[in-house]
Amino acid sequence: MDLFEYQGKQYFARYDIPVSPGGVADTVDEAVVQADGAGYPVVIKAQVQVGGRGKAGGIKLANNAEEAREHAGKILGMDIKGHVVKRVWVENASDIAEEYYASFTLDRSAKKHLLMLSKEGGVEIEAVAETNPDAILLRHVDPVDGITREWAHQAAVDAKFPQQAIVGVADILVKLYRCYTEGDCDLAEINPLILKPTGEIHALDAKVSLDNNAAFRHPEWDEYRATEELDEREQLAREKDLQYIGLDGSVGIIANGAGLAMSTLDVVNQVGGAAANFLDIGGGANADVMAAALEVINYDKNVKSIFVNIFGGITRGEEVAKGIVEALNRVKLRAPIVIRLDGTNADEGRQILTSAGIPASVLRSMPTMLEAARAAVAIANGNGN
Amino acid sequence: MAIFVDQNTKVIVQGLTGGQGRYHGLRNRDYGTQVVGGVTPGKGGQDVEGIPVFNSVAEAVAATGADASFIAVPPKAASAAILEAAAAGIRFVVCITEGIPAQDEALVYNTLLRRYPNTRLLGPNCPGIISPGKCNIGITAGEIAALPSESGPNVGIVSRSGTLTYQALYELKQRGIGVSTCVGIGGDPVPGTNFIDCLREFQADPETHAMILIGEIGGSAEEEAAEFITSNVTKPMSAYIAGVTAPAGKKMGHAGAIVSGGKGTAKGKMDALAGAGVRIGLNPTEAGDLMAEIVAAL
Repeated sequence: MDLFEYQGKQYFARYDIPVSPGGVADTVDEAVVQADGAGYPVVIKAQVQVGGRGKAGGIKLANNAEEAREHAGKILGMDIKGHVVKRVWVENASDIAEEYYASFTLDRSAKKHLLMLSKEGGVEIEAVAETNPDAILLRHVDPVDGITREWAHQAAVDAKFPQQAIVGVADILVKLYRCYTEGDCDLAEINPLILKPTGEIHALDAKVSLDNNAAFRHPEWDEYRATEELDEREQLAREKDLQYIGLDGSVGIIANGAGLAMSTLDVVNQVGGAAANFLDIGGGANADVMAAALEVINYDKNVKSIFVNIFGGITRGEEVAKGIVEALNRVKLRAPIVIRLDGTNADEGRQILTSAGIPASVLRSMPTMLEAARAAVAIANGNGN
Repeated sequence: MAIFVDQNTKVIVQGLTGGQGRYHGLRNRDYGTQVVGGVTPGKGGQDVEGIPVFNSVAEAVAATGADASFIAVPPKAASAAILEAAAAGIRFVVCITEGIPAQDEALVYNTLLRRYPNTRLLGPNCPGIISPGKCNIGITAGEIAALPSESGPNVGIVSRSGTLTYQALYELKQRGIGVSTCVGIGGDPVPGTNFIDCLREFQADPETHAMILIGEIGGSAEEEAAEFITSNVTKPMSAYIAGVTAPAGKKMGHAGAIVSGGKGTAKGKMDALAGAGVRIGLNPTEAGDLMAEIVAAL
């Protein structure tokens, strides 16, 4: 889950990483109140999860209440690359002497944490990596050891930070690492990390991505979930606890396992169709989950056929079949189902579907993934019979 | 021969008294796997259909001589369970648990590496391992795996995806091709065992004559495997990579499956593997067809 900048800053603040005083606002009046509270001059920043908001006019400096009102009015409701700004962050404007970059993430290849540190901050780090790779210090951290203040100090020295910034940067690195590990981040990035003329080090932006698997030990994440930007289909899937990603095609997809679901998308594509979604009902899905999945798919008006592709391991065929029968009793599906059922208890599952007496216009069973994909695509493309 | 596990492997199930542990543990035993015990703290002395339950892995190992463990416990308890097994001297740990935080996985992986180098972890979030006819640890339905033939040729399977692992087994069974061992390494960001670990064993295993690799988008494990294959693998291979049509920036279910910054694409992986001499199928069935051609030519 990706956080908005203001949430990232609030998250940083939990780990004592210094951020500018400020607050969020959903209306122009609120923005002025926040600006008055933060102290002028203020920066008003659009809260959208897309890069390039500065260029698009989504970040403005205001020297007084009048200017704050004018800028907030323009930014709220602005469309930045398809993201409508519903909220702004208003903070006291910082004087900047220098701009740096710092982040922690997991290096999957090395299976260790990775610090990226550069005194060339304030621009896209990918751009720095391309034009001036030597300006980025990459240093692995063994999770067993973690980092010490001395280690962080050395990193800042090795990244050739100026003398007056080293102690402050080292302090932030220790805090950022704690935020990244204890805070269960996939990514904790500060860009820019600034040096003020007064010598203090300070996070001027926050990019935080949280590991959804760790939600069980972070009750404080609930408020972030409430603001996640999901389309209506994704919202419904979330409520039903399903792994769903909305796409633009007309073949609804339900599969068990991420790999099989991805493969199902691929095969549908290969036989001339397009998937309406990615939906992984996961391992051990029961009848309830299957019924919920069909309901989510059914909500999508573009869906012309539904391809249920199940290879049972933990998931048992008879549970899948029961779920389908139950869903058919509960909701009127807008499109016919093509099912391919294999693996654990597949025979029992097929038996349940047969004895339920469902007409072929509503459900048909195919022996292989490829044949089922062809049948589902034929229906979606209007030549299924 | 087979890799990692065979008819002599003695398995305990951590979480045998729970729903998943019981269901799959008993299925593994029915398959013929030597399931010699279970571990659930506080339930020592009980039994599950004749399988004795112990309070700790150490007690279970002392009483049964187990050398492998099957972990089927919730995400919160999984890290501790893995480390407990390693500390008790278990050689091969299979963890099917889905949803373990990445921070925990990274910590467990590196702890094993440094403190318990003789313990191999398979998973987490994996379907397990099956050496057909000998040993099945995990959630694979044993009947979909073709037995290896004594005269060969037999195929080894290594896969990052659970259900696609079954699909690969099934494709081979349909074509009457024997399987030496099938390893599901799991789709999480920090798998305990990777493609290269398995390919090295398959290359050395006299009963394995060819390999199928099933990958997916995200990370660089397939590219690294391709490099390894170029210089270390002489047995013929086919491969399939899931996620050709996956949009960038969207996690496809697995924590590991995401295309970001133009990296980790299916095409990049297919090109890397093809460059290493691996024959690439565009869907699992095609990878099976290619393997049938490879096996016929052996």
